[in-house]
Amino acid sequence: MKLELRNITKKFGTLVANDNISLTLEPGEIHSLLGENGAGKSTLMNVLYGLLQPDEGQILIDGKEVKFSGPGDAMAAGIGMVHQHFMLIPVFTVAENVVLGHEPTGKIGNLDLNAARKLVKEISDRFGFDIDPDAKVQDLPVGAQQRVEIIKSLARNAKALVLDEPTAVLTPQETDELMDIMRGLAKSGTSIIFITHKLREVQQVADRITVIRQGKVVASPTPKASASELASLMVGREVDLDVKRKPAKVGAETLVIRDLTVLDDRQHQMVDGVTFSVHDGEVLAIAGVQGNGQTELAEAILGLRKIHSGSIQVAGKDLTKSTVREVLEAGLGYIPEDRKKDGLVSEFSIAENLMLDGSFGKPFAKGVQIDFAKRDEIADKLIAEFDIRTPSAQTLAKQLSGGNQQKVVVARELGRELKVLVASQPTRGVDVGSIEFIHEQIIAARDSGKSVLIISTELDEVLALADRIAVMYRGKIVGIVDSKTTREKLGKMMAGIAA
Amino acid sequence: MSKKNAKPAELLPEAKEVTVLKEIMSGDPVRIGLSVLLGFIIGAIFMVVFNDDVVKSWSNFGADPNYALSTVWWTIQDGYGALFSGSIYNLNSDNFIDGIRPITETLRFAGPLIMAGLAVSLTFRVGLFNIGATGQIMMGLAGATFVSTRLHMPQILHMLVAVLAAVLCSMVWGIIVGILKARTGAHEVIVTIMLNYVAIDLFTYFLREPNLLLEVNGGGTPKSDRPDSTAMMGSLLGPEFKLNYGLIFAAIAVFAYWWLMERSTFGFRFRMVGHNASAARAAGIKVENTFVWALAISAAFAGLAAANQGLTIDGGLTTSIEAGIGFDAITVALLGGSRAGGVVMAGLLFGAFKAGSSSMQVAGVSPEVLGVVKALIVLFIAAPPIIRALYRLPSPEPKVFVATQKAKAAKVIK
Repeated sequence: MKLELRNITKKFGTLVANDNISLTLEPGEIHSLLGENGAGKSTLMNVLYGLLQPDEGQILIDGKEVKFSGPGDAMAAGIGMVHQHFMLIPVFTVAENVVLGHEPTGKIGNLDLNAARKLVKEISDRFGFDIDPDAKVQDLPVGAQQRVEIIKSLARNAKALVLDEPTAVLTPQETDELMDIMRGLAKSGTSIIFITHKLREVQQVADRITVIRQGKVVASPTPKASASELASLMVGREVDLDVKRKPAKVGAETLVIRDLTVLDDRQHQMVDGVTFSVHDGEVLAIAGVQGNGQTELAEAILGLRKIHSGSIQVAGKDLTKSTVREVLEAGLGYIPEDRKKDGLVSEFSIAENLMLDGSFGKPFAKGVQIDFAKRDEIADKLIAEFDIRTPSAQTLAKQLSGGNQQKVVVARELGRELKVLVASQPTRGVDVGSIEFIHEQIIAARDSGKSVLIISTELDEVLALADRIAVMYRGKIVGIVDSKTTREKLGKMMAGIAA
Repeated sequence: MSKKNAKPAELLPEAKEVTVLKEIMSGDPVRIGLSVLLGFIIGAIFMVVFNDDVVKSWSNFGADPNYALSTVWWTIQDGYGALFSGSIYNLNSDNFIDGIRPITETLRFAGPLIMAGLAVSLTFRVGLFNIGATGQIMMGLAGATFVSTRLHMPQILHMLVAVLAAVLCSMVWGIIVGILKARTGAHEVIVTIMLNYVAIDLFTYFLREPNLLLEVNGGGTPKSDRPDSTAMMGSLLGPEFKLNYGLIFAAIAVFAYWWLMERSTFGFRFRMVGHNASAARAAGIKVENTFVWALAISAAFAGLAAANQGLTIDGGLTTSIEAGIGFDAITVALLGGSRAGGVVMAGLLFGAFKAGSSSMQVAGVSPEVLGVVKALIVLFIAAPPIIRALYRLPSPEPKVFVATQKAKAAKVIK
């Protein structure tokens, strides 16, 4: 199937989300749509999927114009979409999920699950998906759940698949598997629109690349283009993906963690006897696949989660049993992995968000009254210093883009006197420009002599920032290695194979 | 400048996550105003449909259509006219004093509604759906009545001690909820409903108990003595009006609430917990303790409302003295968007309903229509999509500001 989007324009009020965008998808082609958050990728895909009606422009399938008034029409025309957040029912089996909405029925209208199983098995075997039709979706790992989503589309005879940021939730290994699957699908004639902001993946699988910026198609580079070329096209200016770092000037041991064991809410041992320390002036990065105890480790350090055994010290002060407030006051800065949940109050203004943990005293409060003049003065200073793009300090946090929201969190934490910075996934869901900026700020904190602990599941980020790398697997530290360690070796460590 | 540079924005996914509860409590003034208007319109329909004259004239519609239509108009005018005359200015009076008496009555009824409304508002803003104002008022009434009938003190001091007793008794009731919530995770809705019943029955028990509140020389009916005159909140504008010092307490309460929520660090933490408890926790705030504090301070406002009720009636009290204020307070808080100014407006509206209902009855319109209007207002506020659909308002997808490379330049120019 040849799919064409011709001169699509979509406006929201005065904003032009898609400005005269044209895109062609040949049969069996992997076409990568590259762009930052807010560039207009999702709008374009929602137009294609019938969720939005374009103001101008046409959609053509094999040269014939089609009009979609809803996802049903798009599906009927052979377009399948795999959303970033899966649309699966966890307690149903794979087969049940796949046929949901167009169930095969027997003679008297009864549900024919055998036909459903056969269908899943057939697709799974054809493309090497390795999926058991009778497994419950909730028992499958994330990568397998994603394959179920793909099977769902294929079961409805999708000839063109849209994969929206499919690798965001995957481990490096699962990502590689997905790439293989994509190549297999393309070979069999299915075309794929691959939406992502990860440059390495684009270079690996794309046959063709279209870069969108501010609602317009800005370039169609070849897949051989370098990562920094692609990044520059996305951002619209020169981007230096390598963080400039001077050699670390290592000082005293400031954050010391010994034999730390932490349980999660279900009393499972998530952090298991972890010991490490971070020195002033260095970045220690904890690498590992999501869900290996990193979240619990970070929460335990901040005092959000009770420590089962072991100890935490900051600059010689024991914080094992301290409250969050005591930990913060001991000079620990914390960038949480989920800024919307733990880092920001979306309904608060930027100025208010910049004083979230500062309501107990100076400089933000005079006695029990907020010092509004001082608060706004500090807010304006931090907005300038941390390059937060906003009309004013009184703008609500929820109105900012992800990157600017994250800069608010970073500004708040680095804006006060710190000894230690703990940053969990500091650039998750953040645009390239902001990633660059936040990385620079983290390195600046290190160079000013702070101890920095980075927890990241992105190997690129770990390698860009770390002076030393500790790899975590199933709650244990597999090993602590230096920053020159190869990707392959780190990948193995992330799978639990000791160095 | 900035418009030209504004980047086409995809709506960020997080911006769409507007929970219904947040929307209900957000108190968008336009939507609330339209809800009130719609409540009045449907109330008018009720008046018309249940009016005998209208029914008769419409059964002969063919004979005199003009008359039939005009009865509709007159019914509405009579009904809401009576509400106006009874609550704002009496147009039929021959002197100024009688003319403005209705508005002073509205103020008198509004006082306790506003104070109780503030009580509920405070907990709303901490993210607690507290419907325990009734119980807190009951306990406050018990405290105030004990001091006003059993203790004897000089003028003013007696009143202040009675107010303090009301506030403290209410706070005890609020703190119980807070501690149960903080320690056991018990849901505040269940706890407050149950404690309302406990408080109502406790108050009745106190009223039957000779050593506590039962009338000393009474016939044994559950009723208290008349409060000492030294404990009464005196008249504010002289003997011609019933308006009393309760209004001063209400004004102080409104200012205190505004300062607490908008200016103080306590209010900042309250609001933080209300919007995002998990971020508050990460910012070093003890969320559970915050719940206890919020419920205690909230109950103090309810205690003021109780004092206003218990210390202004010149006669023995029964359980009916609560007068549904605790329940109306929820509506007042919703209607007022949990903001100080909004609660004042909503309290005045509901005070006007109370003040005007008797003159509506005199005008031959059932005052129950006002109950319907009140209920409809709550319904429309609680179901934002109805109002949006009826008035074709845009859905609340917040505008998302997405910065551009040039926005920085724009900032510099500014």
